[in-house]
Amino acid sequence: MINPAINPAASETATAKLTVRDLNFHYGNFHALKNISLAIADKRVTALIGPSGCGKSTLLRVFNRMFELYPGQRASGQVLLDGEDLLDRRLDVALVRARVGMVFQKPTPFPMSIYDNVAFGVKLYEKLNPADLDDRVEWALRQAALWDEVKDKLNASGMSLSGGQQQRLCIARGVAIKPEVLLLDEPCSALDPISTGKIEELIAELKNGITIAIVTHNMQQAARCSDFTAYMYLGQLIEFGETSQIFFKPQRQETEDYITGRFG
Amino acid sequence: MSLAWRDAVVARRFAARQRSNRLALALALLAMVFGLFWLFWILWETLRLGLGGLTLATLTGMTPPPNEAGGLANAIFGSVVMVAMAAFIGAPIGVMAGVYLAEYGKGWLASATRWVNDILLSAPSIVIGLFVYALAVKRFHTFSAIAGALALALLVIPVVIRTTEDMLRLIPASQREAAYALGAPKWRVILQITLRAARAGVITGILLAVARIAGETAPLLFTALNNQFWSVDLGAPMANLPVTIFKFAMSPYENWQQLAWAGVFLVTLAVLLLNLAARWLARERR
Repeated sequence: MINPAINPAASETATAKLTVRDLNFHYGNFHALKNISLAIADKRVTALIGPSGCGKSTLLRVFNRMFELYPGQRASGQVLLDGEDLLDRRLDVALVRARVGMVFQKPTPFPMSIYDNVAFGVKLYEKLNPADLDDRVEWALRQAALWDEVKDKLNASGMSLSGGQQQRLCIARGVAIKPEVLLLDEPCSALDPISTGKIEELIAELKNGITIAIVTHNMQQAARCSDFTAYMYLGQLIEFGETSQIFFKPQRQETEDYITGRFG
Repeated sequence: MSLAWRDAVVARRFAARQRSNRLALALALLAMVFGLFWLFWILWETLRLGLGGLTLATLTGMTPPPNEAGGLANAIFGSVVMVAMAAFIGAPIGVMAGVYLAEYGKGWLASATRWVNDILLSAPSIVIGLFVYALAVKRFHTFSAIAGALALALLVIPVVIRTTEDMLRLIPASQREAAYALGAPKWRVILQITLRAARAGVITGILLAVARIAGETAPLLFTALNNQFWSVDLGAPMANLPVTIFKFAMSPYENWQQLAWAGVFLVTLAVLLLNLAARWLARERR
């Protein structure tokens, strides 16, 4: 099946930050992504939806080359960040990840204090004096709407926070290094509705400065907080366009079936 | 009608299940009592005979000739020195090899290392002692504290490798991925995230390894041998508790037998404390 062309609306309303061209991905012999091409708009939220195993998380993990941790996983094609190919082997993978941050499904606080959790990534690439580092940590925690809850216990272990707070700590940690792109891999699937609401508000705030790509199983979430939506199925990009268009006037029958719950 | 019939079946099954439960529980308790009986007997005898011979002179005096007053000071000192040296040599090597196996070990070299380590782990300590005897003692024509420490270190290394690898593997991949996602290089992820998360387990492994070598006799017989006098010379034979116990307990002299029991008590106490510390650390975890 030939990939449907990128919906022109997507590239007209915003400039592309990440451009994916003819991306193929293999887990050993399994062909997990087939000729994916799409453009992720600058300072917008792009949602990747589709049933389990469709390749949306795989696609996200290509954007920061996380797959390279595991032998037997390979990607071919291009992922251009402002025109620079991220998949180029000569590009240092750690530098790529410093520019393209990621927040995972389950909260993953490090075994250290709340302060150190946020400062960890900052210290990797910047030499800040203590006062500036304090400012950066506060800024990041405020960005993640967590500051008021933790400002009096910055030395407490990151593990001592609740699940929702831990996830916001992970977002603060990701934001603190000022990435250009933030990848969210089902960030709310382990959280209760109130924490989920907070994180969705956060996403709306963050897109003022950062390009965001979010994988979600929750259709309402995609509708609520994204500007663009990509529907994927069996490793193929079925339809991609503005979220309102995908949800209200899907061009393809498969997309409509999935969104209306008539899938499968 | 059928309800009453079903209730009867359920009641019968429930009774049978309770019976088998009680039987299994009784057998488990019996096994525990059997094990604890011997353990407590050993501890009791050690306490009774060891405490009886333990005086201040035991801790300050040197190992005496037969039927003369003395203590175990040189043996205690020698044991502490050699066990500490073995830990300082063995623990870093063990931790580094464990990190290699858990974080890098994928190819044939890792499989080979793991296999050799498993053999080393189950190697009888007397074999290790003989190996160091051939390697160090015969070559330099003298028994020495260094040779003793080397033999003990060879016993520490495999235990620490195994526990370090196991503990690091318990750290979920998501934890590593989260650190990599911030652009951290591998060495930083290992040092600051995974080793840190596994810290309690790794230290527990080292303590248990130290507890294991504290009472080892066979490897010291061939290497450090023994010394009747106070000696701080690492290149010379050095007194130590296990070999002293071995020599004194088999002797016909009553004061030597007395000191042997005191030594047994001290070694048991040290091992017990190390085990308790290890357990406490493991529980502190999170």
